Amino acid sequence: MAEIEKEEWRMAVKVIIPTPLRAYAGKQESVEVQAATVAEALSGLTSQFGDLKKHLYTEDGRLRSFVNVYVNDEDIRYLQKDQTQLREGDTISIVPSIAGGAF
Amino acid sequence: MASKTKTSAGLQAAKPAAALSNEEVLRYSRHLIMPEVGMDGQLKLKQAKVLCIGTGGLGAPLGLYLAAAGVGRLGLVDFDNVDFTNLQRQVLFGTSDVGRPKISAAADRLRNLNPEIQIDTFETHLSSDNALDILKDYDIIVDGTDNFPTRYLVNDACVLLGKPNVYGSIFRFEGQVTIFGYPGGPCYRCLYPEPPPPGLVPSCAEGGVLGVLPGIVGTIQAAETLKLIIGKGDPMIGRLMLFDALGMKFRELKLRKNPECPVCGEHRTITQLIDYAEFCGIRGEEAPSTVTNIPEITPLELKTRMERGDDLFILDVREVHEYQICNLNGHLIPLGELSRRVHELDSSREIVAHCRSGKRSADAVDFLRKAGFRKIWNLKGGILAWSDEVDPSVPKY
Repeated sequence: MAEIEKEEWRMAVKVIIPTPLRAYAGKQESVEVQAATVAEALSGLTSQFGDLKKHLYTEDGRLRSFVNVYVNDEDIRYLQKDQTQLREGDTISIVPSIAGGAF
Repeated sequence: MASKTKTSAGLQAAKPAAALSNEEVLRYSRHLIMPEVGMDGQLKLKQAKVLCIGTGGLGAPLGLYLAAAGVGRLGLVDFDNVDFTNLQRQVLFGTSDVGRPKISAAADRLRNLNPEIQIDTFETHLSSDNALDILKDYDIIVDGTDNFPTRYLVNDACVLLGKPNVYGSIFRFEGQVTIFGYPGGPCYRCLYPEPPPPGLVPSCAEGGVLGVLPGIVGTIQAAETLKLIIGKGDPMIGRLMLFDALGMKFRELKLRKNPECPVCGEHRTITQLIDYAEFCGIRGEEAPSTVTNIPEITPLELKTRMERGDDLFILDVREVHEYQICNLNGHLIPLGELSRRVHELDSSREIVAHCRSGKRSADAVDFLRKAGFRKIWNLKGGILAWSDEVDPSVPKY
């Protein structure tokens, strides 16, 4: 696919940043990125906010197992993982495990 | 005795129950006149046995509403004592309870709220040795704990016993709620196969929590528990609720059972409780830091050196809002900004780094040593220890 054509396939999507990770994403609640797949969206996000990378990925580049990624309300593990295609206006949620409660 | 027949909810089937007393009819009248609960539902509540693990932020509203609703037998598990920092959100306790075991203060409060119900207390750390024994007598487990090892322990114990686990967790102003472990439904490990490595995700003690947040999340857990007992409505099985108090938004995500899940999947590898501290990568009870061999200075040594007029540079690696609570007049660079603000430090000077408890500053010292700083120490115990050992006028938080 030609570069220009590929560019047209990029969709504007919103990535919702969870509270524990906002400190590494310029304190923003959500970030707009242009991407065709979840992988592209997340790499767009981490290129914008370098500190996020080690919180989302292991050293060998796998998504950390206590971080789940959803496209709209569906877990990407049950779609095409990070190759899941995006549509204009999709919302990507990053949902890390949190343990707080009592204390 | 109640029949041992289990319903699909893992609940004991309703026996032809003893009726409510006149006092109970009056007490529960707002339930009884509502068709969704009615006499049938109220008798189910009376026969229900619910175990609340943790009587803190989530456990407080849970305990209050489950007791008030007439859950016949309510178990409470906690090992902690009430302290002043709890009162900002743990509405089960009053100022006069500070210093008391939470379990006694909670039981007193709930018995006063509803003397018709039975309160069981377990003043203990839930562990792999006692969990199955404590959980087995209850129909529903409500998880209001505060750490990953206990979360995985409660999950695995519930799956092994086939009991639903009404789950809630909180961080700052964000919460998560769902029901795990319902037979046929997903469990905590389906959602998160592994915990984060220690130190990567801050706890409530480090990250803070909006006082009302556990109230909101805990009351949602209480509502889900009551719905499971009376068998009405659409329980949050296979649905994960995310709540953001700042945006005041509820969002719902799909939660699927993972066929590969090690504890509830088809080829399960976990068939008994394991060592959860080890699983979560925690060596000691409270591993102070993930780094070791950090040069330290005690508060008293630091005081002596400061009084002697030594040229020491105090580096405070806490956040701006913490500096506003109290400080040692140090140079503030929050830990998260240290890597790009190293140029503000002079490696030829002697540097003492500190934070609240000594954990973040240990990471800072480790980082700076790797960056070539040699004359650098971590203030042992942080500003908390400074307050205890040197200057009690510095407030602890």
